[in-house]
Order: sequence, then C-alpha cells, then structure tokens
Amino acid sequence: MFFQALVLGSFGLFVWFIVDNTITNLEKQNIASGFDFMSTTAGFGIVQSLIDYSEEASYGRAFLVALLNTLLVSALGIFFATIIGFLIGIARLSPNWLLSRLAAVYIETFRNIPLLLQILFWYIAVLSNLPGPRNSLMLWGDAGALNSRGLYLPAPVPQDGAGFVVAALLVAVAIIFGLRHWARRRQLETGQQFPLFRVGCGILISLPLVVLLLTGIPYTAEIPELRGFNYRGGIRLIPELMALVIALAIYTAAFIAEIVRAGIQSVSWGQSEAAMALGLRPGVTLRLIIIPQAMRVIIPPLTSQYLNLTKNSSLAAAMAYPELTSVFAGTVLNQTGQAIEVLGITMAVYLSISLLTSLAMNWYNARNALVER
Amino acid sequence: MKFRYLMTAFLGASCFASAAMAATLEDVKSKGYVQCGVSQGLPGFSNPDDAGDWQGIDVDVCRAVAAAIFGDADKVKYTPLSAKERFTALQSGEVDLLSRNTTWTATRDTALGLDFTGVNYYDGQGFLVRRSLGIKSALELNGAAVCTNTGTTTELNVADYFRANDMEYEVVAFEKADEVVAAYDAGRCDVYTTDQSALYANRLKMENADEHVVLPEIISKEPLGPVVRQGDDQWADIVAWSLHAMVNAEELGVSSANIADMRKSTNPAIRRLLGIEGTFGENLGVSNMWADHIVSQVGNYGESFDRNVGKDSPLEITRGLNALWSNGGIMYAPPIR
Repeated sequence: MFFQALVLGSFGLFVWFIVDNTITNLEKQNIASGFDFMSTTAGFGIVQSLIDYSEEASYGRAFLVALLNTLLVSALGIFFATIIGFLIGIARLSPNWLLSRLAAVYIETFRNIPLLLQILFWYIAVLSNLPGPRNSLMLWGDAGALNSRGLYLPAPVPQDGAGFVVAALLVAVAIIFGLRHWARRRQLETGQQFPLFRVGCGILISLPLVVLLLTGIPYTAEIPELRGFNYRGGIRLIPELMALVIALAIYTAAFIAEIVRAGIQSVSWGQSEAAMALGLRPGVTLRLIIIPQAMRVIIPPLTSQYLNLTKNSSLAAAMAYPELTSVFAGTVLNQTGQAIEVLGITMAVYLSISLLTSLAMNWYNARNALVER
Repeated sequence: MKFRYLMTAFLGASCFASAAMAATLEDVKSKGYVQCGVSQGLPGFSNPDDAGDWQGIDVDVCRAVAAAIFGDADKVKYTPLSAKERFTALQSGEVDLLSRNTTWTATRDTALGLDFTGVNYYDGQGFLVRRSLGIKSALELNGAAVCTNTGTTTELNVADYFRANDMEYEVVAFEKADEVVAAYDAGRCDVYTTDQSALYANRLKMENADEHVVLPEIISKEPLGPVVRQGDDQWADIVAWSLHAMVNAEELGVSSANIADMRKSTNPAIRRLLGIEGTFGENLGVSNMWADHIVSQVGNYGESFDRNVGKDSPLEITRGLNALWSNGGIMYAPPIR
C-alpha cells in the first residue's frame, strides 16, 4: 500500500515536472503558448469543407473543417470496406473454385502492399492521369464529368413539395419497424413466418416513388458546367478524397474478408448439420444459425480494423486531402508555431474518435454476445 | 532508496533543461561543426549536386558561418527540412541555424521564439501557368486551381490576393515542394505559386520547361534570410555578420579570386574586413581572420549569387533587387568599423 502510494505520488510529481519544465522553457525561449490562437483569423484556404469556411474564419473553424473531413473519409472508408470485405470473405469460402481463388488473390495482394503506396498509386498513377477539364470524360450525356480535378455529378435541387417525398420515406421506415414488431409477435404466438425482408424493401422503394410521381418530381438537377478553368456547380468529389477512400476501403477490406472467413469457419459444421436435420433451408441456416454465431467472433477484430482505418486516414497528409493531420497539424501548426498545443489537440481528437468507435462496437458486441440460458 | 533515485533523476533533468539554453557558439565549437537546416532540394538555394555536396545561396550562408568559426567552410552538416518542419527543428535545437529560403515575417520573428538575422535574397511571390492557357496576367485567374506548399507565407498570400481581387480559387496544398511540382505538372492545378525564384528553379524540374510561363505579377514581399533561436545574441551576431561580410566584400571589390592581392591593400576598409586592422573577429567571439576565411572559401555575395542563381547558373536570375545599393538594388550591409 505504502509503495503503491509512493509510485503514484512520484508519477504525479513526474508529470508535474514535465509540464512545469515545458512551460518554463517555452517562456524562456519566448515561444507563444496557450490556446488563444484558436480564435484568431486563419487566412488560408481549404479545398474541401463540409461547413461554411472562408479565409476570414478562425483557426478554430479551420480545425472543425479538418475534423469533419477526417470523419467523412473515415465514414466512407468504413462503409465501403465493410461491404467489400463481407463480399470477398464470403466469396473466399465459396464452393466455386474460381471465385474462391480470385478472393484469395485479392486478399493476398492488397493486404501485403503498404497502404501509403496504395494511396499514392490511386492518386498519382490513376487519378492524376485523367484528362484535364477541357477534355473531361463525360458521363450520362453531359450530366456528369470526370477529369483530373475530380468527379462532377448533377446535384438534386429540391423544389416545392420535396418535403412530401422525404416525409413518405420516413413513413415507410416507420411502417417497416411496426411490421417487424408485429411479425415477431405473430411468429412467437403461431410459429408462422412473415417475408419481412421482401415486403420491407417493397414498401421502402414504392411508397416514396409513388409520392414522387404524384407530386410531379419536385426536384431539378443542377448540372455541372465548364466555366473558365474548371467545372462549377453540381456535386464534386475531389481526386484526393476519391484516392483516399478507394485505397482505404480496398486495403481494409482485405483484412475484413479474412476476419469474416475466420468468423464463419469458427461455427462448427455440426451446427449446419443439425439445421439440415431439422429441415431448414440453406438461406435460413446461414441467416439464423451461422451468421449470429459468426458475428461474435467477427466483431472484436472488426472494431480494430475500423479503428485502424480511421487512424490510417492521417496518411492523407502525403497528398493534399485537407484532413486533420494535414490542415491542423500541418498548416495551422506552421502558421502559429505552437507545436505542443496543436499536436496535443490532434492526438486528443484521434484518441476520442477511436474511443467512441470502440464504445459503439463494444455495445454492439455485448448485444451479440453469447446469451446462456 | 527510491526517493533518492528520483531526486537524482530530477536534478539530472533540470540540469539538462537549463543546458539546452546554453550558448550555441560553445555548443558548435565543442561538436566541431555547424548543424544547418536547409530545404529538401531547391535548385540555386539549397540542393545536393551530383556528388552529393549541398550547393546554393542558402548553403553558402551555412558555409560562411562555418568559415567564420572554424576557418573551414566544410565543417557543416545539413538537415533537409520541409516547410512544415523547419521552425520546430530550430526551436528544439535540432539545428543551430536555419537557412532555408524562409520569409521574414512579424509572427515568425516574435511569437515563435526565433530571430531573423538579415536578408540574403529579396524575393516576391509569383505565379507559373501553362503557356497553352494564353494567360497574360494573374488577374485572369478567376476560378483557377492553385497548387502550393502547406505552412508557407505563400499559402496565406495567395488567399489574400484572390480575396482582394474578388476572385474565386481552389487551393491544393502539399507538404513537400516536389509533390507540389509533380501535382501541377500532372495537371491537378492550373497555377503553381511560390516565391518567384523558386518558380524559375522548379520549372527546370518539369517535363517540358518551355511549356510553362511565369506571370509578371509579384504579389508579395518575401525577404528570405537565415534564422536563429531567440535569446542567444552572440550566435545571432555571428550569423548576421557572416552575411554582412559577404556583402561588404562585394562592395569593396574583394573576391575569392583577388583576396591574396587585397591582403596587401592600403584601403583601411579592406584592411578592417580582412582582419589586418582592428579586433572585429575577436569581438564576435571568433578569429580576426573570420571574413578572410569567408571570402576566400565561400566568396563574396556577388560571387555566391552568380554561381548559384545568377548568370553562371541554369536559373539565370538577374540581380534586380538583390544588386548592391550602389548598383540600383537594395542589398546593403552595415560597415565593419
């Protein structure tokens, strides 16, 4: 007890000493310190921002812009990596020889090439070699364009009555939840099953579609057009974002595929045999017997992959994607010179994002964990 | 027992903390070389040649300081730094001196704990575009995509310029100068912007240099000069006067070619420069022969300029603002007396 207190005390002293020493030395060297810089004018431009940003905005605003860009690329990366990873993982176990070999080649190729090289490959070797704005590849007639400055797509502009379509979508979702509740209770009481998935998809698509047609399609498309040097208007994906999402998704998907394969294989063959003996069809067996048991094995390592992907997004600093490391720990650090504060904030942010992801996945894991009866 | 170790550790650490602030000159003398922060390769300013030796007008400042202290201009070790890394490297003591085409600004001189000791190149920011665009003026750049470096004054100036002229633009900022050049060359941007001297230098790296043209506008003042840590006045003086000695030597007509004759000169200003009269070197904390070593081993400012960026180099930049004050420029050094 005494020694524990001593160790704790000396650790506290040590931290105090480091902090005090840092502050004293910064003052001695006349280096500005503190967080006042966050409210001063940034004065530099950022190529992509999800919120309003101009050069007159503060460093704090630039920080928010960079943070949102990091979250955007992480979310997109996680979304695509999960889809590709599950598909490849299942294909890896396919009885079709060609399909399972192709999946194996994919996995072994992409997880064994360093991520930074893959990012640079997509950015420099693929996207940079697209033609310039004047010779863009046109998509769907003239509605979209792909060139070395990015992918330009028409943007839907809501007109009067667009609210009804959104409302119809929400109503459809509500109906599906109600239906699910009802179908479960009916199955518990009578044992009869309800084709929830097919009916649900039908409602989700048809209801908003009918309202869309009834209101006379209350959207107009803003089509990007070439004005001066570049295309303007519409939705634009900058090449840095595309390269980063493609590279992160493809790289992480290779790991996820292996995790999915391991998860499925961890469910013993006896489970499938038992299901077959009970007369369950293969689809039902997969959905109700195999996947729920496989998920218990899949989720913890999947969480690590999500965390890796988020942290790997900082490799964007190698090209010009304006995320946290490049804008905040790059430009802001250099313009203000306050390395300790800026790097401290940046590390705290990555830590928070990771801990939050971890928390959400742990909650999901707890829900899926083995319930012993 | 434990506590005693801890106390020792504390004492050790606090000694270390204060030792970091000791005189840079003593430090440099005891390790035997000057650790100089330079760019990661900017032709004419700091760039390794075919043999791997660093060359350039910024490198000559490092060499001049080493010549003043050791009488040997080769006693320099170089640390290539990106624009983003440079100030932290100097603040933390990783380099003794930063001579890396760095613009002297108020923030950098005050809030960063650094001191600029002079100007070795008066520059200004310009724009490079493709000749095929047919653009004659920077005011025609509305809506352009602009490639530049992160953490530079360039990034701020370009924002100011487009804002002041009410033009739209998109800035694509890379960390390394080579990445900027490659991205511009690949067509990611319409415009490449940085200090005009660097535009000329980096144009040489492009696939077809003739396809690119530097626009006439200069949108900023970029006085580039060596930087040291604040609070070590003796070290700042040595760096400042090494550069002054090169400029004074050019003004007095003393060059590496004629220095042997000049040592016999009766001109008192030349005699003071070369340490024959007075104790100016000793006052600085180095040998009285300091300027003699600089001029004989590195050359005067004009020689350094012509060799690295001027008429004898591939860049062929004219002296312009960097001519001596007596020749229509603004290069001016305080007298040695």
